[in-house]
Amino acid sequence: MKQSRGKHARAVAVAAAKGDVGVPVPKAPSGIDGLDEVTAGGLPRGRPSLVIGGPGCGKTMLAAEFIIQGATRYGEPGVFMMFEETADELAANVRSLGFDLDRLVHDGKVAVDYVRVERSEIEETGQYDLEGLFIRLAHAVDSVGAKRVALDTLEALFSGLSDHAVLRAELRRLFRWLKDRDLTAVITAERGAEMLTRYGLEEYVADCVILLDHRVVDQISTRRLRVVKYRGSPHGTNEYPFLIGAKGLLVLPITSLRLDHEAPLERLATGIDELDAMLGGKGFFRISAVLVSGAPGTGKSSIVARIAEAACQRGERVLFFSYEESPNQLVRNMRSIGIDLERWRKKDQLRVLASRPTLQGLEQHLVVMYDAVREFRPAVVIVDPISNLTMHGDDAGLKPMLMRLIDFLKQSEVTAIYTDLVGDSDATTAHSQLGVSSLMDTWLMLSNVASEGERTRALQIVKSRGMPHSNLVREFVFSARGFELVDVFLDEGRPLTGRRRLGAQAAANAARRGRGGEVAARRKA
Amino acid sequence: MKERTADPAAKAARATPAEWQLRLYVAGATAKSVAALANLRRLCEEHLPGRYDIEVIDLLVNPKLAAGDQILAVPTLVRKFPEPIRKIIGDLSNEERVLVGLDIKQVAR
Repeated sequence: MKQSRGKHARAVAVAAAKGDVGVPVPKAPSGIDGLDEVTAGGLPRGRPSLVIGGPGCGKTMLAAEFIIQGATRYGEPGVFMMFEETADELAANVRSLGFDLDRLVHDGKVAVDYVRVERSEIEETGQYDLEGLFIRLAHAVDSVGAKRVALDTLEALFSGLSDHAVLRAELRRLFRWLKDRDLTAVITAERGAEMLTRYGLEEYVADCVILLDHRVVDQISTRRLRVVKYRGSPHGTNEYPFLIGAKGLLVLPITSLRLDHEAPLERLATGIDELDAMLGGKGFFRISAVLVSGAPGTGKSSIVARIAEAACQRGERVLFFSYEESPNQLVRNMRSIGIDLERWRKKDQLRVLASRPTLQGLEQHLVVMYDAVREFRPAVVIVDPISNLTMHGDDAGLKPMLMRLIDFLKQSEVTAIYTDLVGDSDATTAHSQLGVSSLMDTWLMLSNVASEGERTRALQIVKSRGMPHSNLVREFVFSARGFELVDVFLDEGRPLTGRRRLGAQAAANAARRGRGGEVAARRKA
Repeated sequence: MKERTADPAAKAARATPAEWQLRLYVAGATAKSVAALANLRRLCEEHLPGRYDIEVIDLLVNPKLAAGDQILAVPTLVRKFPEPIRKIIGDLSNEERVLVGLDIKQVAR
């Protein structure tokens, strides 16, 4: 995380230097993954922000995480004033995200105050104001030296008090009071039918408005977040899926606002010498995305397993997402071509995470990947196959989600290798079923070549950005000894593979011996 | 900070707790607070002579106490006893409603 924050700070600095962000509004990082990228640094510091959503959208969680992250990561104590849940309920809820609110309260970093508003208990007669609320808030703020405040949700006041004229005047005063005290505040509000919020709170809080939404499409529920408004700051305007994961909220931006991941010159050897030779002699670029596409049985998994093994042999960590084979199956199958994955699994250099693609929605898969990558910090991530993640058909959200995955892995400074299962028919056309090939830096295409009673495998490099690469189709042979990429033997312009190649080669060798190495010289060139 | 009323009847009753225990939360000596206390005293004298005890809590002096009785608005009058607890917010200018709110009417008449 530190790394990505640093990167982000750089991005902002660069943006500021370029002058495409006027005078940036000072920001308070929310600490919520993704949200700070969408908002280019966090919520407006010293100002109230409005978080709007229907029931169950995650408003309270967002507000709570904002306070907790502030207290734990940014040294900004906070006050959480709630009108609907009790302090115990809130503590229990955030505990499910791995936050220990009680501890923070005990340590004097967070103050919580539950304000109960029950209409049936309150009789109104004559004039009043909400000074009591101000006093409570001020007391809580002073008790921990708070820099952040969350009010969840103020609208309970509207149902608790009948004099809305007084209430509105007091709310206006409250927001002014928060600003005067330089408090960065999150105010949650219910989504309204006609207005943005049910009671028109957006009228008072106009600096930053974030809308949360929860919808179910094809039985898979997705939460989405949109920054409706952010005064004085650029922000992502799209809807971004977000999740309430095991470690808090996670907003999934397509990418940060700009493409700014690292592009080192360093290479990652594939472990197959001939393939490295085809890739400018050194292999893939590190922190790049590699697509290995092919029809069934062309050896996609074998190639990526070899790449994984080679990385482990260099002492790097590899994370292998397997959506077709169980870890044990993978180990067994790869052993048959001389790749011992078990050894690296035992050393915890290789982790295989296998699951059924249909187990959960794509977004949930992404979260699992996010968490695993952040925890394990691998150098190489393998997704085998990426095409299986897309079983949900022609979901319009599919490509953006894959983009998120690809971008996330690049941001994590990982070399990612995706296999893609394609039908044999279109294996030779330069198109990937997923439409993600444009996001890939290197694309290896495997295909079956069948003729005269024998099926052989061919490998070619469709593209490899930024490096010279071979345009030749190679025959790809694997046996218990491992891999071999063999030059396809050209017989009067027709590529020969398999036994026919061997036969033709033998004939050519015989001829060459006769003709004094002329053919060999030509082949070398 | 607890400020007992100087009411002699209330003082006399202090040996045994008064039948009516009322607590008025205010925030400084604002017009509303002053009005509320005056209204309350007048009303108690009229309807509950010698049977009440008023405690005034100034939240500006003692902000901690606001959370205990869930005070939001000021002034707020809390009937601590007899139970159940009741709350009346405002300057108590509408006597009728205060009496209803405190459930005094039947008792007194």
